[in-house]
Amino acid sequence: MAKTESGELLVASSPHLWAGVSTSQIMRDVLIALAPAALGAVYFFGWRAALVIALSMGAAALTEWGCMRLMGKPSTLGDGSALVTGLLLALTLPPASPVWLPVLGAAFAIAVVKVAFGGLGHNFVNPALAARAFLLAAFPAAMTTWTSPFDAVTTATPLAVLPTPFAPDVLAGPLPSYRDLFLGTVGGSLGETSALLLLIGAVYLLVKRVIDWRIPVGFLGTLALLSWALGGQAGLFTGDPLYHLLAGGAILGAFFMATDYVTGPITPQGRWIFAVGCGLITVLIRLYGGYPEGVLFAILLMNVVTPLIDRFIVPAPFGGVKGRA
Amino acid sequence: MNLWARFRGGVHPDARKTTAQCATQPLPRPERVVLPLRQHIGAPCQPLVKKGDEVALGQPIGDVDAPVSAPVHASVSGKVVAVEPRLTPGGRTEQAVVIEAAPEDVPWEGLPEGLGWDLDPESLDPAFIRDRVRQAGLVGMGGAGFPAAVKLTPRPGSEPDVVILNGAECEPAITSDHRLMLEQPEQVVLGLRLFMRACGARRGVIGVEANKPDAAAKLSQLVAGDPALSVEVLPVRYPQGAEKMLVWALLRRAVPVGGIPLDVGVVVQNVATAAAAAVALAEGRPLTHRIVTVSGRVASPGNWRVPLGTSFVDLMQAAGGLTGALARVIAGGPMMGIAQPDLDVPVIKTTGSVILLGPEDLHETPAGPCIRCGRCVTACPMGLLPAQLCDAAMASDWARAERFHVRACMECGSCSYVCPARRPLVQSIRLAKSELGRRARGGRG
Repeated sequence: MAKTESGELLVASSPHLWAGVSTSQIMRDVLIALAPAALGAVYFFGWRAALVIALSMGAAALTEWGCMRLMGKPSTLGDGSALVTGLLLALTLPPASPVWLPVLGAAFAIAVVKVAFGGLGHNFVNPALAARAFLLAAFPAAMTTWTSPFDAVTTATPLAVLPTPFAPDVLAGPLPSYRDLFLGTVGGSLGETSALLLLIGAVYLLVKRVIDWRIPVGFLGTLALLSWALGGQAGLFTGDPLYHLLAGGAILGAFFMATDYVTGPITPQGRWIFAVGCGLITVLIRLYGGYPEGVLFAILLMNVVTPLIDRFIVPAPFGGVKGRA
Repeated sequence: MNLWARFRGGVHPDARKTTAQCATQPLPRPERVVLPLRQHIGAPCQPLVKKGDEVALGQPIGDVDAPVSAPVHASVSGKVVAVEPRLTPGGRTEQAVVIEAAPEDVPWEGLPEGLGWDLDPESLDPAFIRDRVRQAGLVGMGGAGFPAAVKLTPRPGSEPDVVILNGAECEPAITSDHRLMLEQPEQVVLGLRLFMRACGARRGVIGVEANKPDAAAKLSQLVAGDPALSVEVLPVRYPQGAEKMLVWALLRRAVPVGGIPLDVGVVVQNVATAAAAAVALAEGRPLTHRIVTVSGRVASPGNWRVPLGTSFVDLMQAAGGLTGALARVIAGGPMMGIAQPDLDVPVIKTTGSVILLGPEDLHETPAGPCIRCGRCVTACPMGLLPAQLCDAAMASDWARAERFHVRACMECGSCSYVCPARRPLVQSIRLAKSELGRRARGGRG
């Protein structure tokens, strides 16, 4: 048979085309989307915020590199997921964190939560959130020392001052205005303060179709509905849904953490269940639980339920199966 | 454009229809042709000629008395120099008749008489049309190669009421159907009327993707005034030309998994098959030639009218030769086409396109871990979960693959096309399907 003048032909199973969006490009898009909130944190909280972010991202990258090296495997730094974990963790930390806090958290996220379970794609909970939960449990004081923007005076977070049905009279301080919440001129962790800056990044991710709109819509929709229905002092449907949406980590969680591919369901139907579950648990914790903020544990709990959701949600193929109508 | 004519999922690969304005040219007559005795789905033909025989253009050289099959005809006049196994573009080695071309083509005197281009399909007996379609060796020329006459034979209980002609040509880089619709629209429309008569359908629809407005306009002119016929312009989206997607987009009828369009009263044929049917009835000529798009790393890509059995080497030379290193040869489109181990394979009835790619066109990067992004789920037009199927296949867990409806996959490749981790999704699904098929066959004995 005639061979071609150029030698060997490569045979492969089709398709022979590729859309060209790689895992590392997706991670890069997430970093770009988080950039406004990260820069905002530096603007609000000063160089301490920059230090926390740098330490967290650096420690995450270094830990992943070290783990892979120890295991004698090729470096996976190139996929960019370690940097995303580092940045996400940093955005959940208080601005006045001692320097060891982000380092320890990032190392835990990567080594224990991610690499120990098989690395990217195999961790069953979101590494950044699990690390935050670990830090919160181990170092409650360091994790709950909040400072107000610009002057670094110790302050309460917007959710902590919000009365709950169980403690209706405890108004721990003046409630911040919607405007402060929206712009971010309130106390809180690095990235959860400014709804505006987070939403800029969220729009970028939605437009580029990096994240599934169902998750933020289902999550925040449930949160708004239930906090309106159950969160008020004067009975049903007297709550303040807008406050619940803007305060705390709801926006950061709904757009950037619940949308983590690896730890969420893969089907659109499953994502609805996941999102509504996140909203429901957040409200339960915020209104009836011991912590002022419930987003963290809501997402972690739904992460754990995800394999179950994916096991049971098997959509019927197009057209249905013949003879089974 | 009919904006409602949509299906769920699908992808938007760059169309790359650079040869759309290249009028079909005749190919310089090849010195020899290789005609595999199976160019269709179904039973292979038995050779009707032997080494040393003289054959004439259009003479049957292979046929078999089987319910699902289609005869093969000499595409040149000449002398049979071998009947031997040859590599086909489908990837298999099949028995093939090799003909050395005589200086001139002489039509075979046994050809049935043509009815002329002014024939009236309504005056013909449906069984007569089906018989002529079978005799002419017509198969689905869009790539599947299912014998056309079999599809036109009504089955008790499922009488088709619509014939759809598939002119979507949703694969990137292919323009052979586009040129055919533009250059021989009368043949396409006559073919549609013949198919409708043959299967008893009262409605005929030609589906054309919106990136071929000139072809759609020509066909629309021809069907204007006939309320039974229409031309629908479809949104550009791969795999619009997949039978089930097309039937859904045009008629909102869902073909069940494991079923065929006839189950919902539809017969789908390719536009090239329709044109070939018109030629077979009007002129009595069987299927011996087809239009092939040659594109990629060649000096002058274009469309050629090619005798079946022509080597890809001849096509490459007709297109001005290679402009660089050759790394992959694809028979068909870049999404579903088959990569060839050798350039010296023949054009068969289903070869609408030959793409010659250089190393710079390949995106071979190693697969990374699945990040569960769900892009494959969104892209799958069948509503399957390719990532889960891939997992099951990689674990050789065939039962789990079945639970996730692996058999419903039509292998369009949209999942692998979008996968950011470059996972072999459709490839592993193919593995699971073939393994399950093997087990089903083995289990019978």
